[in-house]
Amino acid sequence: MAGSGVVAVYGNGAITESSSNKSAFAVKVGLAQMLRGGVIMDVVNAEQARIAEEAGACAVMALERVPADIRAQGGVARMSDPQLIKEIKQAVTIPVMAKARIGHFVEAQILEAIGVDYVDESEVLTLADEDNHINKHNFQIPFVCGCRNLGEALRRIREGAAMIRTKGEAGTGNVIEAVRHVRSVMGDIRVLRNMDDDEVFTFAKKIAAPYDLVMQTKQLGRLPVVHFAAGGVATPADAALMMQLGMDGVFVGSGVFKSGDPVKRGRAIVQAVTHYNDPNILADVSCGLGEAMVGLNLNDAKVERFANRSE
Amino acid sequence: MALVGVLALQGSYNEHIAGMPFSSLSDHIYVFWVLLLGVKGVEIKKPEQLENVASLIIPGGESTTMAKLAEYHNLFPALREFVKMGKPVWGTCAGLIFLADRATGQKIGGQELVGGLDCMVHRNFFGSQLQSFETELSVPELASKEGGPEVFRGVFIRAPAILEVGPQVEVLADYPVPANKWKDSNPGVEGHEENSGSEKKVIVAVRQGNLLATAFHPELTADTRWHSYFLKMATETEGASSSVVAVGADLDLNQPTKIDLPVFL
Repeated sequence: MAGSGVVAVYGNGAITESSSNKSAFAVKVGLAQMLRGGVIMDVVNAEQARIAEEAGACAVMALERVPADIRAQGGVARMSDPQLIKEIKQAVTIPVMAKARIGHFVEAQILEAIGVDYVDESEVLTLADEDNHINKHNFQIPFVCGCRNLGEALRRIREGAAMIRTKGEAGTGNVIEAVRHVRSVMGDIRVLRNMDDDEVFTFAKKIAAPYDLVMQTKQLGRLPVVHFAAGGVATPADAALMMQLGMDGVFVGSGVFKSGDPVKRGRAIVQAVTHYNDPNILADVSCGLGEAMVGLNLNDAKVERFANRSE
Repeated sequence: MALVGVLALQGSYNEHIAGMPFSSLSDHIYVFWVLLLGVKGVEIKKPEQLENVASLIIPGGESTTMAKLAEYHNLFPALREFVKMGKPVWGTCAGLIFLADRATGQKIGGQELVGGLDCMVHRNFFGSQLQSFETELSVPELASKEGGPEVFRGVFIRAPAILEVGPQVEVLADYPVPANKWKDSNPGVEGHEENSGSEKKVIVAVRQGNLLATAFHPELTADTRWHSYFLKMATETEGASSSVVAVGADLDLNQPTKIDLPVFL
Protein backbone atom coordinates (compact mmCIF):
# COMPACT_ATOMS: atom_id res chain seq x y z
CA MET A 1 0.00 0.00 0.00
CA ALA A 2 3.01 2.27 -0.02
CA GLY A 3 3.22 5.15 -2.44
CA SER A 4 -0.34 6.41 -2.26
CA GLY A 5 -1.79 9.06 -0.02
CA VAL A 6 -3.22 11.63 -2.37
CA VAL A 7 -6.42 13.04 -0.99
CA ALA A 8 -8.94 14.87 -3.10
CA VAL A 9 -11.65 17.16 -1.82
CA TYR A 10 -14.68 16.94 -4.09
CA GLY A 11 -17.26 19.59 -4.76
CA ASN A 12 -19.70 18.45 -2.13
CA GLY A 13 -16.97 18.17 0.44
CA ALA A 14 -16.87 14.39 0.54
CA ILE A 15 -13.33 13.32 0.97
CA THR A 16 -12.00 10.29 -0.73
CA GLU A 17 -8.72 9.19 -2.09
CA SER A 18 -7.64 9.00 -5.65
CA SER A 19 -5.67 5.78 -5.41
CA SER A 20 -6.88 2.28 -6.13
CA ASN A 21 -6.19 1.07 -2.62
CA LYS A 22 -9.50 2.29 -1.33
CA SER A 23 -10.89 -1.18 -0.82
CA ALA A 24 -8.02 -2.25 1.40
CA PHE A 25 -8.83 0.42 3.95
CA ALA A 26 -12.57 -0.17 3.65
CA VAL A 27 -12.07 -3.85 4.50
CA LYS A 28 -9.90 -2.91 7.50
CA VAL A 29 -12.54 -0.54 8.84
CA GLY A 30 -15.22 -3.08 7.97
CA LEU A 31 -14.12 -5.57 10.59
CA ALA A 32 -14.11 -2.84 13.23
CA GLN A 33 -17.66 -1.97 12.18
CA MET A 34 -18.65 -5.59 12.77
CA LEU A 35 -17.29 -5.27 16.31
CA ARG A 36 -19.50 -2.28 17.13
CA GLY A 37 -21.69 -2.67 20.17
CA GLY A 38 -19.43 -5.42 21.45
CA VAL A 39 -16.88 -6.13 24.16
CA ILE A 40 -13.26 -7.09 23.47
CA MET A 41 -11.63 -8.94 26.38
CA ASP A 42 -7.97 -9.40 27.32
CA VAL A 43 -7.08 -13.09 27.72
CA VAL A 44 -3.78 -14.77 28.59
CA ASN A 45 -4.49 -18.37 27.54
CA ALA A 46 -6.83 -20.54 25.49
CA GLU A 47 -8.98 -21.39 28.49
CA GLN A 48 -9.68 -17.72 29.23
CA ALA A 49 -10.37 -17.16 25.54
CA ARG A 50 -13.06 -19.86 25.66
CA ILE A 51 -14.60 -18.24 28.75
CA ALA A 52 -14.64 -14.89 26.94
CA GLU A 53 -16.25 -16.42 23.86
CA GLU A 54 -18.90 -18.12 25.96
CA ALA A 55 -19.58 -14.85 27.79
CA GLY A 56 -20.31 -13.22 24.44
CA ALA A 57 -17.15 -11.22 23.74
CA CYS A 58 -17.02 -10.09 20.10
CA ALA A 59 -13.22 -10.50 20.01
CA VAL A 60 -10.34 -11.35 22.33
CA MET A 61 -6.99 -9.65 22.86
CA ALA A 62 -4.24 -12.24 23.31
CA LEU A 63 -1.62 -11.22 25.89
CA GLU A 64 1.05 -12.79 28.08
CA ARG A 65 0.19 -10.56 31.03
CA VAL A 66 -2.86 -8.40 31.56
CA PRO A 67 -2.10 -4.70 32.19
CA ALA A 68 -2.65 -5.04 35.96
CA ASP A 69 0.15 -7.61 36.10
CA ILE A 70 2.40 -5.52 33.86
CA ARG A 71 2.00 -2.71 36.39
CA ALA A 72 2.64 -4.98 39.36
CA GLN A 73 5.61 -6.83 37.91
CA GLY A 74 7.30 -4.03 36.00
CA GLY A 75 10.09 -4.79 33.55
CA VAL A 76 9.84 -4.57 29.77
CA ALA A 77 6.49 -5.66 28.34
CA ARG A 78 6.74 -7.06 24.80
CA MET A 79 4.64 -8.79 22.16
CA SER A 80 3.26 -12.16 23.33
CA ASP A 81 4.77 -15.47 22.31
CA PRO A 82 3.32 -16.28 18.86
CA GLN A 83 2.75 -19.85 20.04
CA LEU A 84 0.36 -18.57 22.70
CA ILE A 85 -1.50 -16.46 20.14
CA LYS A 86 -1.78 -19.46 17.80
CA GLU A 87 -3.25 -21.57 20.61
CA ILE A 88 -5.80 -18.89 21.36
CA LYS A 89 -6.67 -18.61 17.66
CA GLN A 90 -7.28 -22.36 17.55
CA ALA A 91 -9.51 -22.28 20.61
CA VAL A 92 -12.05 -19.71 19.44
CA THR A 93 -13.96 -18.68 16.32
CA ILE A 94 -14.23 -14.98 17.17
CA PRO A 95 -11.54 -12.51 15.96
CA VAL A 96 -8.23 -12.55 17.83
CA MET A 97 -6.24 -9.35 18.37
CA ALA A 98 -2.70 -9.01 19.72
CA LYS A 99 -0.55 -6.16 20.97
CA ALA A 100 2.68 -4.84 19.44
CA ARG A 101 4.95 -2.22 20.98
CA ILE A 102 4.59 1.34 19.68
CA GLY A 103 6.94 1.80 16.73
CA HIS A 104 7.99 -1.87 16.67
CA PHE A 105 7.00 -2.71 13.11
CA VAL A 106 8.74 -6.08 13.14
CA GLU A 107 6.53 -7.30 15.96
CA ALA A 108 3.60 -6.20 13.80
CA GLN A 109 5.04 -8.11 10.82
CA ILE A 110 5.25 -11.25 12.96
CA LEU A 111 1.67 -10.81 14.11
CA GLU A 112 0.57 -10.38 10.51
CA ALA A 113 2.46 -13.53 9.54
CA ILE A 114 0.64 -15.66 12.10
CA GLY A 115 -2.66 -14.24 10.90
CA VAL A 116 -4.16 -12.37 13.84
CA ASP A 117 -7.24 -10.35 12.92
CA TYR A 118 -6.20 -7.00 14.41
CA VAL A 119 -3.01 -5.52 15.88
CA ASP A 120 -3.15 -3.16 18.86
CA GLU A 121 -0.20 -0.78 18.75
CA SER A 122 -0.33 -0.26 22.46
CA GLU A 123 1.14 2.11 25.01
CA VAL A 124 0.56 -0.61 27.62
CA LEU A 125 3.63 -2.40 26.30
CA THR A 126 7.00 -0.73 26.68
CA LEU A 127 7.77 1.72 23.88
CA ALA A 128 10.12 0.63 21.09
CA ASP A 129 10.29 4.05 19.41
CA GLU A 130 9.79 7.28 21.32
CA ASP A 131 9.11 9.42 18.27
CA ASN A 132 7.51 7.32 15.57
CA HIS A 133 4.53 5.04 15.42
CA ILE A 134 4.35 2.14 12.98
CA ASN A 135 3.52 3.16 9.41
CA LYS A 136 0.34 1.14 9.34
CA HIS A 137 -0.25 1.69 5.62
CA ASN A 138 2.47 -0.87 4.95
CA PHE A 139 0.36 -3.66 6.39
CA GLN A 140 -2.56 -5.65 5.11
CA ILE A 141 -3.64 -6.29 8.65
CA PRO A 142 -5.69 -3.58 10.40
CA PHE A 143 -4.48 -1.67 13.47
CA VAL A 144 -6.15 -0.19 16.52
CA CYS A 145 -4.39 2.66 18.35
CA GLY A 146 -4.98 4.61 21.55
CA CYS A 147 -5.71 8.32 21.85
CA ARG A 148 -6.27 10.93 24.54
CA ASN A 149 -7.74 13.65 22.36
CA LEU A 150 -9.00 14.36 18.86
CA GLY A 151 -5.62 15.44 17.48
CA GLU A 152 -3.96 12.25 18.62
CA ALA A 153 -6.79 10.14 17.18
CA LEU A 154 -6.54 11.77 13.75
CA ARG A 155 -2.75 11.49 13.71
CA ARG A 156 -3.09 7.77 14.29
CA ILE A 157 -5.72 7.47 11.54
CA ARG A 158 -3.42 9.30 9.14
CA GLU A 159 -0.73 6.74 10.00
CA GLY A 160 -3.19 4.06 8.92
CA ALA A 161 -5.06 3.04 12.07
CA ALA A 162 -8.47 1.57 11.11
CA MET A 163 -9.88 1.71 14.62
CA ILE A 164 -9.31 4.04 17.58
CA ARG A 165 -9.67 3.42 21.30
CA THR A 166 -9.28 5.77 24.22
CA LYS A 167 -6.10 5.22 26.19
CA GLY A 168 -7.59 5.45 29.65
CA GLU A 169 -5.26 4.02 32.27
CA ALA A 170 -4.99 0.29 31.64
CA GLY A 171 -4.68 -2.03 34.60
CA THR A 172 -5.93 0.46 37.19
CA GLY A 173 -9.60 -0.48 37.39
CA ASN A 174 -10.13 3.29 37.49
CA VAL A 175 -12.30 4.72 34.76
CA ILE A 176 -11.48 8.41 35.30
CA GLU A 177 -8.85 8.67 32.57
CA ALA A 178 -11.02 6.89 30.00
CA VAL A 179 -13.83 9.34 30.78
CA ARG A 180 -11.43 12.25 30.42
CA HIS A 181 -10.28 11.02 27.01
CA VAL A 182 -13.79 10.29 25.74
CA ARG A 183 -15.00 13.70 26.90
CA SER A 184 -12.05 15.36 25.24
CA VAL A 185 -12.58 13.68 21.84
CA MET A 186 -16.37 14.01 21.81
CA GLY A 187 -16.22 17.59 23.10
CA ASP A 188 -13.78 18.61 20.39
CA ILE A 189 -15.98 16.98 17.74
CA ARG A 190 -18.99 18.95 19.01
CA VAL A 191 -16.96 22.16 18.84
CA LEU A 192 -15.79 21.24 15.36
CA ARG A 193 -19.30 20.58 14.09
CA ASN A 194 -20.40 24.10 14.93
CA MET A 195 -17.28 25.70 13.53
CA ASP A 196 -17.18 27.87 10.43
CA ASP A 197 -15.36 26.09 7.60
CA ASP A 198 -12.89 28.98 7.46
CA GLU A 199 -11.78 28.30 11.01
CA VAL A 200 -11.02 24.63 10.47
CA PHE A 201 -7.53 25.31 9.11
CA THR A 202 -6.42 26.95 12.33
CA PHE A 203 -8.22 24.34 14.41
CA ALA A 204 -6.36 21.58 12.56
CA LYS A 205 -3.09 23.38 13.27
CA LYS A 206 -3.99 23.76 16.93
CA ILE A 207 -4.72 20.08 17.49
CA ALA A 208 -1.82 19.09 15.21
CA ALA A 209 -3.98 16.89 12.97
CA PRO A 210 -4.19 16.59 9.16
CA TYR A 211 -6.68 19.08 7.71
CA ASP A 212 -8.48 16.59 5.46
CA LEU A 213 -9.26 14.26 8.35
CA VAL A 214 -10.41 17.16 10.53
CA MET A 215 -12.79 18.19 7.75
CA GLN A 216 -14.06 14.64 7.31
CA THR A 217 -14.67 14.40 11.06
CA LYS A 218 -16.63 17.64 10.91
CA GLN A 219 -18.84 16.32 8.12
CA LEU A 220 -19.46 12.93 9.70
CA GLY A 221 -19.97 14.33 13.18
CA ARG A 222 -17.81 11.54 14.55
CA LEU A 223 -14.39 9.99 14.12
CA PRO A 224 -14.10 8.54 10.62
CA VAL A 225 -13.27 5.10 12.08
CA VAL A 226 -14.80 2.97 14.82
CA HIS A 227 -14.09 4.36 18.29
CA PHE A 228 -13.94 2.06 21.34
CA ALA A 229 -13.38 2.85 25.01
CA ALA A 230 -10.50 1.24 26.87
CA GLY A 231 -8.50 1.56 30.03
CA GLY A 232 -9.98 1.09 33.48
CA VAL A 233 -13.38 -0.41 32.65
CA ALA A 234 -14.14 -2.84 35.50
CA THR A 235 -17.93 -3.02 35.96
CA PRO A 236 -21.06 -3.22 33.77
CA ALA A 237 -21.82 0.34 34.86
CA ASP A 238 -18.41 1.55 33.62
CA ALA A 239 -19.05 -0.11 30.27
CA ALA A 240 -22.54 1.40 29.92
CA LEU A 241 -21.14 4.81 30.90
CA MET A 242 -18.71 4.61 28.00
CA MET A 243 -21.50 3.65 25.60
CA GLN A 244 -23.73 6.49 26.78
CA LEU A 245 -20.86 8.90 26.26
CA GLY A 246 -20.94 7.86 22.61
CA MET A 247 -18.42 5.04 22.21
CA ASP A 248 -18.98 2.25 19.67
CA GLY A 249 -17.88 -0.53 22.04
CA VAL A 250 -15.60 -1.38 24.95
CA PHE A 251 -12.28 -3.06 25.58
CA VAL A 252 -12.05 -4.72 28.98
CA GLY A 253 -8.50 -5.51 30.01
CA SER A 254 -7.84 -6.67 33.53
CA GLY A 255 -11.43 -6.02 34.59
CA VAL A 256 -12.80 -9.49 33.78
CA PHE A 257 -10.10 -11.98 34.63
CA LYS A 258 -8.75 -10.07 37.65
CA SER A 259 -12.19 -10.15 39.30
CA GLY A 260 -13.73 -12.71 41.63
CA ASP A 261 -16.07 -14.33 39.08
CA PRO A 262 -14.87 -13.81 35.46
CA VAL A 263 -17.66 -15.87 33.87
CA LYS A 264 -20.44 -13.88 35.46
CA ARG A 265 -18.73 -10.50 35.17
CA GLY A 266 -17.79 -11.02 31.53
CA ARG A 267 -21.34 -11.90 30.66
CA ALA A 268 -22.70 -8.93 32.63
CA ILE A 269 -20.43 -6.47 30.84
CA VAL A 270 -21.45 -7.88 27.44
CA GLN A 271 -25.12 -7.39 28.32
CA ALA A 272 -24.45 -3.93 29.72
CA VAL A 273 -22.93 -2.82 26.40
CA THR A 274 -25.95 -4.03 24.41
CA HIS A 275 -28.54 -2.61 26.82
CA TYR A 276 -26.52 0.44 27.82
CA ASN A 277 -29.60 2.67 27.78
CA ASP A 278 -31.81 0.48 29.93
CA PRO A 279 -31.18 1.06 33.66
CA ASN A 280 -33.46 -1.86 34.63
CA ILE A 281 -31.38 -4.38 32.73
CA LEU A 282 -28.17 -2.71 33.96
CA ALA A 283 -29.41 -3.11 37.53
CA ASP A 284 -30.23 -6.77 36.91
CA VAL A 285 -26.90 -7.68 35.43
CA SER A 286 -24.93 -5.74 38.06
CA CYS A 287 -26.32 -7.86 40.91
CA GLY A 288 -24.11 -10.33 42.75
CA LEU A 289 -21.05 -10.22 40.53
CA GLY A 290 -18.63 -10.89 43.37
CA GLU A 291 -15.48 -8.95 43.90
CA ALA A 292 -14.39 -6.39 41.28
CA MET A 293 -10.72 -5.99 40.44
CA VAL A 294 -8.66 -3.97 42.88
CA GLY A 295 -8.55 -0.34 41.82
CA LEU A 296 -5.58 2.03 41.87
CA ASN A 297 -5.81 5.68 42.89
CA LEU A 298 -4.27 7.73 40.13
CA ASN A 299 -3.30 10.55 42.51
CA ASP A 300 -0.66 8.22 43.89
CA ALA A 301 2.65 9.38 42.42
CA LYS A 302 3.93 5.80 42.24
CA VAL A 303 1.34 4.84 39.62
CA GLU A 304 2.93 5.20 36.18
CA ARG A 305 0.83 6.92 33.52
CA PHE A 306 0.89 4.65 30.47
CA ALA A 307 -1.21 7.12 28.51
CA ASN A 308 1.54 9.75 28.55
CA ARG A 309 4.10 7.47 26.96
CA SER A 310 3.28 8.51 23.39
CA GLU A 311 1.84 11.53 21.61
CA MET B 1 -45.19 4.96 8.44
CA ALA B 2 -43.99 1.40 8.13
CA LEU B 3 -41.31 0.33 10.57
CA VAL B 4 -38.33 -1.83 9.71
CA GLY B 5 -36.82 -3.51 12.76
CA VAL B 6 -33.06 -3.96 13.01
CA LEU B 7 -31.83 -6.52 15.52
CA ALA B 8 -29.59 -4.31 17.68
CA LEU B 9 -27.70 -6.75 19.87
CA GLN B 10 -24.23 -6.27 18.46
CA GLY B 11 -22.62 -5.41 15.14
CA SER B 12 -23.40 -3.05 12.29
CA TYR B 13 -26.96 -2.22 13.30
CA ASN B 14 -26.41 1.52 13.25
CA GLU B 15 -25.35 1.31 9.62
CA HIS B 16 -28.57 -0.53 8.76
CA ILE B 17 -30.81 1.75 10.78
CA ALA B 18 -29.35 4.88 9.31
CA GLY B 19 -29.20 3.29 5.89
CA MET B 20 -25.81 4.93 5.63
CA PRO B 21 -22.45 3.22 5.25
CA PHE B 22 -20.88 4.76 8.31
CA SER B 23 -22.71 7.31 10.33
CA SER B 24 -23.10 8.46 13.85
CA LEU B 25 -26.37 8.24 15.69
CA SER B 26 -26.74 11.99 15.27
CA ASP B 27 -28.57 13.72 12.50
CA HIS B 28 -27.67 11.44 9.62
CA ILE B 29 -29.92 8.82 11.06
CA TYR B 30 -33.13 7.86 9.31
CA VAL B 31 -32.27 10.04 6.32
CA PHE B 32 -32.15 7.21 3.84
CA TRP B 33 -35.02 5.16 5.15
CA VAL B 34 -37.41 8.02 5.78
CA LEU B 35 -36.76 10.25 2.81
CA LEU B 36 -36.02 7.69 0.15
CA LEU B 37 -38.10 4.70 1.04
CA GLY B 38 -40.81 6.12 3.26
CA VAL B 39 -40.07 3.82 6.17
CA LYS B 40 -38.27 4.13 9.46
CA GLY B 41 -35.65 1.84 10.99
CA VAL B 42 -35.94 0.98 14.69
CA GLU B 43 -33.73 -0.96 17.08
CA ILE B 44 -34.92 -4.35 18.31
CA LYS B 45 -33.35 -5.47 21.58
CA LYS B 46 -36.26 -7.26 23.28
CA PRO B 47 -38.82 -9.87 22.13
CA GLU B 48 -41.85 -7.60 22.65
CA GLN B 49 -40.40 -4.95 20.32
CA LEU B 50 -40.81 -7.39 17.41
CA GLU B 51 -44.58 -6.96 17.61
CA ASN B 52 -44.33 -3.41 16.32
CA VAL B 53 -42.43 -4.07 13.12
CA ALA B 54 -43.46 -5.51 9.78
CA SER B 55 -40.03 -6.66 8.69
CA LEU B 56 -36.64 -7.32 10.27
CA ILE B 57 -32.97 -6.96 9.38
CA ILE B 58 -30.38 -9.07 11.22
CA PRO B 59 -27.13 -7.15 10.75
CA GLY B 60 -23.51 -8.19 10.47
CA GLY B 61 -21.45 -8.71 13.59
CA GLU B 62 -20.11 -11.65 15.52
CA SER B 63 -22.75 -14.34 15.23
CA THR B 64 -21.63 -16.11 18.43
CA THR B 65 -21.96 -12.85 20.38
CA MET B 66 -25.35 -12.09 18.89
CA ALA B 67 -26.53 -15.64 19.62
CA LYS B 68 -25.38 -15.36 23.24
CA LEU B 69 -27.18 -12.05 23.70
CA ALA B 70 -30.33 -13.36 22.04
CA GLU B 71 -30.20 -16.33 24.37
CA TYR B 72 -29.71 -14.18 27.52
CA HIS B 73 -32.84 -12.21 26.70
CA ASN B 74 -34.88 -15.09 25.31
CA LEU B 75 -35.20 -13.69 21.80
CA PHE B 76 -34.99 -16.94 19.86
CA PRO B 77 -38.63 -18.07 20.25
CA ALA B 78 -39.87 -14.65 19.16
CA LEU B 79 -37.48 -14.58 16.19
CA ARG B 80 -38.52 -18.05 15.04
CA GLU B 81 -42.16 -17.06 15.35
CA PHE B 82 -41.43 -13.93 13.26
CA VAL B 83 -39.85 -16.02 10.52
CA LYS B 84 -42.64 -18.59 10.65
CA MET B 85 -45.31 -15.92 10.21
CA GLY B 86 -43.75 -15.22 6.82
CA LYS B 87 -42.70 -11.68 7.61
CA PRO B 88 -39.72 -10.48 5.55
CA VAL B 89 -36.35 -11.01 7.22
CA TRP B 90 -32.95 -10.11 5.79
CA GLY B 91 -29.70 -11.35 7.28
CA THR B 92 -26.29 -9.98 6.33
CA CYS B 93 -23.19 -12.01 7.22
CA ALA B 94 -23.87 -13.00 10.85
CA GLY B 95 -27.56 -12.59 10.05
CA LEU B 96 -27.21 -15.15 7.27
CA ILE B 97 -25.82 -17.63 9.79
CA PHE B 98 -28.76 -16.86 12.08
CA LEU B 99 -31.27 -17.65 9.34
CA ALA B 100 -29.61 -20.82 8.06
CA ASP B 101 -31.06 -24.21 8.97
CA ARG B 102 -27.62 -25.80 9.21
CA ALA B 103 -24.17 -24.38 9.94
CA THR B 104 -20.62 -25.71 10.16
CA GLY B 105 -17.41 -24.22 11.46
CA GLN B 106 -18.97 -23.05 14.68
CA LYS B 107 -17.37 -22.59 18.07
CA ILE B 108 -17.01 -25.57 20.40
CA GLY B 109 -20.51 -26.53 21.48
CA GLY B 110 -22.11 -24.84 18.50
CA GLN B 111 -24.52 -21.93 18.65
CA GLU B 112 -28.25 -21.53 18.53
CA LEU B 113 -29.76 -20.58 15.16
CA VAL B 114 -33.09 -19.09 14.18
CA GLY B 115 -33.35 -21.18 11.03
CA GLY B 116 -35.93 -21.05 8.27
CA LEU B 117 -33.58 -20.78 5.31
CA ASP B 118 -33.01 -24.22 3.79
CA CYS B 119 -29.25 -24.14 3.34
CA MET B 120 -25.92 -25.19 4.79
CA VAL B 121 -23.68 -22.28 5.73
CA HIS B 122 -19.99 -22.37 6.64
CA ARG B 123 -19.50 -19.89 9.46
CA ASN B 124 -16.07 -18.51 8.60
CA PHE B 125 -15.55 -19.90 5.12
CA PHE B 126 -13.13 -17.28 3.82
CA GLY B 127 -10.86 -17.34 6.89
CA SER B 128 -9.47 -14.59 9.10
CA GLN B 129 -9.20 -10.85 8.54
CA LEU B 130 -6.21 -11.22 6.22
CA GLN B 131 -8.51 -13.10 3.84
CA SER B 132 -11.23 -10.44 4.03
CA PHE B 133 -11.73 -8.77 0.68
CA GLU B 134 -13.84 -6.62 -1.55
CA THR B 135 -15.05 -7.60 -5.01
CA GLU B 136 -17.47 -6.74 -7.78
CA LEU B 137 -20.23 -9.35 -7.67
CA SER B 138 -22.45 -10.09 -10.61
CA VAL B 139 -26.06 -9.55 -9.47
CA PRO B 140 -28.43 -10.03 -12.46
CA GLU B 141 -31.58 -10.48 -10.36
CA LEU B 142 -30.90 -7.33 -8.32
CA ALA B 143 -30.07 -5.30 -11.41
CA SER B 144 -33.25 -6.42 -13.19
CA LYS B 145 -35.44 -5.39 -10.23
CA GLU B 146 -33.64 -2.29 -9.08
CA GLY B 147 -31.80 -1.08 -12.15
CA GLY B 148 -28.27 0.20 -11.98
CA PRO B 149 -25.12 -1.66 -12.93
CA GLU B 150 -24.97 -5.44 -13.29
CA VAL B 151 -22.41 -5.64 -10.53
CA PHE B 152 -22.51 -4.87 -6.82
CA ARG B 153 -19.56 -3.95 -4.62
CA GLY B 154 -19.50 -6.81 -2.11
CA VAL B 155 -17.52 -6.31 1.10
CA PHE B 156 -16.65 -9.67 2.68
CA ILE B 157 -15.44 -9.42 6.30
CA ARG B 158 -14.45 -12.78 7.77
CA ALA B 159 -17.45 -13.83 5.80
CA PRO B 160 -19.53 -17.00 5.76
CA ALA B 161 -20.53 -18.77 2.54
CA ILE B 162 -23.41 -21.02 1.58
CA LEU B 163 -22.26 -24.49 0.56
CA GLU B 164 -25.57 -26.03 -0.46
CA VAL B 165 -29.17 -24.90 -0.80
CA GLY B 166 -32.53 -26.60 -0.84
CA PRO B 167 -34.88 -26.60 -3.87
CA GLN B 168 -36.96 -23.67 -2.59
CA VAL B 169 -33.98 -21.36 -2.48
CA GLU B 170 -33.25 -18.90 -5.26
CA VAL B 171 -29.56 -18.08 -5.71
CA LEU B 172 -29.03 -14.34 -6.28
CA ALA B 173 -25.22 -14.21 -6.39
CA ASP B 174 -22.24 -16.51 -6.18
CA TYR B 175 -18.50 -16.13 -6.02
CA PRO B 176 -15.74 -18.32 -7.50
CA VAL B 177 -13.14 -19.80 -5.16
CA PRO B 178 -10.17 -21.99 -6.06
CA ALA B 179 -10.91 -25.67 -5.55
CA ASN B 180 -8.01 -26.14 -3.17
CA LYS B 181 -9.46 -23.45 -0.92
CA TRP B 182 -12.70 -25.36 -0.84
CA LYS B 183 -10.90 -28.51 0.17
CA ASP B 184 -8.96 -26.67 2.90
CA SER B 185 -12.11 -25.35 4.48
CA ASN B 186 -14.20 -28.46 4.07
CA PRO B 187 -12.15 -31.59 4.37
CA GLY B 188 -15.24 -33.71 4.85
CA VAL B 189 -17.65 -31.99 2.49
CA GLU B 190 -17.91 -32.85 -1.18
CA GLY B 191 -18.75 -30.05 -3.56
CA HIS B 192 -22.31 -30.26 -4.81
CA GLU B 193 -21.74 -28.33 -8.00
CA GLU B 194 -19.89 -29.82 -10.90
CA ASN B 195 -16.18 -29.19 -10.74
CA SER B 196 -15.37 -26.61 -13.39
CA GLY B 197 -11.64 -26.94 -13.67
CA SER B 198 -9.74 -25.40 -10.79
CA GLU B 199 -12.57 -23.18 -9.59
CA LYS B 200 -15.75 -23.75 -7.68
CA LYS B 201 -18.47 -21.36 -6.78
CA VAL B 202 -19.86 -20.63 -3.37
CA ILE B 203 -23.21 -18.97 -2.96
CA VAL B 204 -23.18 -15.55 -1.33
CA ALA B 205 -26.74 -14.23 -1.74
CA VAL B 206 -30.04 -16.12 -1.65
CA ARG B 207 -33.75 -15.63 -1.33
CA GLN B 208 -36.34 -18.09 -0.11
CA GLY B 209 -39.84 -16.65 -0.03
CA ASN B 210 -39.65 -13.75 2.35
CA LEU B 211 -36.17 -14.55 3.62
CA LEU B 212 -33.23 -12.71 2.08
CA ALA B 213 -29.63 -13.42 3.02
CA THR B 214 -26.28 -12.01 1.94
CA ALA B 215 -22.82 -13.12 3.04
CA PHE B 216 -21.42 -9.66 2.32
CA HIS B 217 -22.31 -6.27 3.78
CA PRO B 218 -24.48 -3.95 1.66
CA GLU B 219 -24.77 -1.71 4.74
CA LEU B 220 -21.09 -0.83 4.39
CA THR B 221 -21.45 0.58 0.90
CA ALA B 222 -23.34 3.55 -0.49
CA ASP B 223 -25.21 1.41 -3.03
CA THR B 224 -28.71 1.13 -1.59
CA ARG B 225 -30.20 -1.36 -4.04
CA TRP B 226 -30.24 -4.32 -1.66
CA HIS B 227 -32.04 -2.22 0.92
CA SER B 228 -34.73 -1.16 -1.51
CA TYR B 229 -34.95 -4.73 -2.89
CA PHE B 230 -35.63 -5.96 0.63
CA LEU B 231 -38.14 -3.22 1.23
CA LYS B 232 -40.05 -4.19 -1.90
CA MET B 233 -40.28 -7.72 -0.50
CA ALA B 234 -41.76 -6.14 2.60
CA THR B 235 -44.32 -4.12 0.67
CA GLU B 236 -45.33 -7.05 -1.53
CA THR B 237 -46.23 -8.83 1.67
CA GLU B 238 -48.21 -5.93 3.07
CA GLY B 239 -50.17 -5.45 -0.11
CA ALA B 240 -50.51 -2.23 -2.03
CA SER B 241 -51.17 -0.05 1.01
CA SER B 242 -47.65 1.20 1.33
CA SER B 243 -46.39 4.60 0.37
CA VAL B 244 -42.98 3.46 -0.71
CA VAL B 245 -41.60 5.73 -3.38
CA ALA B 246 -40.03 4.44 -6.54
CA VAL B 247 -36.34 3.96 -6.28
CA GLY B 248 -33.76 2.57 -8.58
CA ALA B 249 -32.09 4.05 -11.60
CA ASP B 250 -33.01 7.65 -10.81
CA LEU B 251 -31.94 7.31 -7.21
CA ASP B 252 -28.55 8.81 -7.88
CA LEU B 253 -29.97 11.93 -9.46
CA ASN B 254 -32.12 12.95 -6.56
CA GLN B 255 -29.62 12.98 -3.78
CA PRO B 256 -26.19 14.39 -3.18
CA THR B 257 -23.43 11.83 -3.33
CA LYS B 258 -23.24 10.23 0.05
CA ILE B 259 -20.01 9.81 1.89
CA ASP B 260 -19.01 6.22 1.36
CA LEU B 261 -16.88 4.23 3.77
CA PRO B 262 -14.29 6.38 5.45
CA VAL B 263 -11.60 6.35 2.84
CA PHE B 264 -8.24 7.97 3.01
CA LEU B 265 -4.75 6.76 3.06
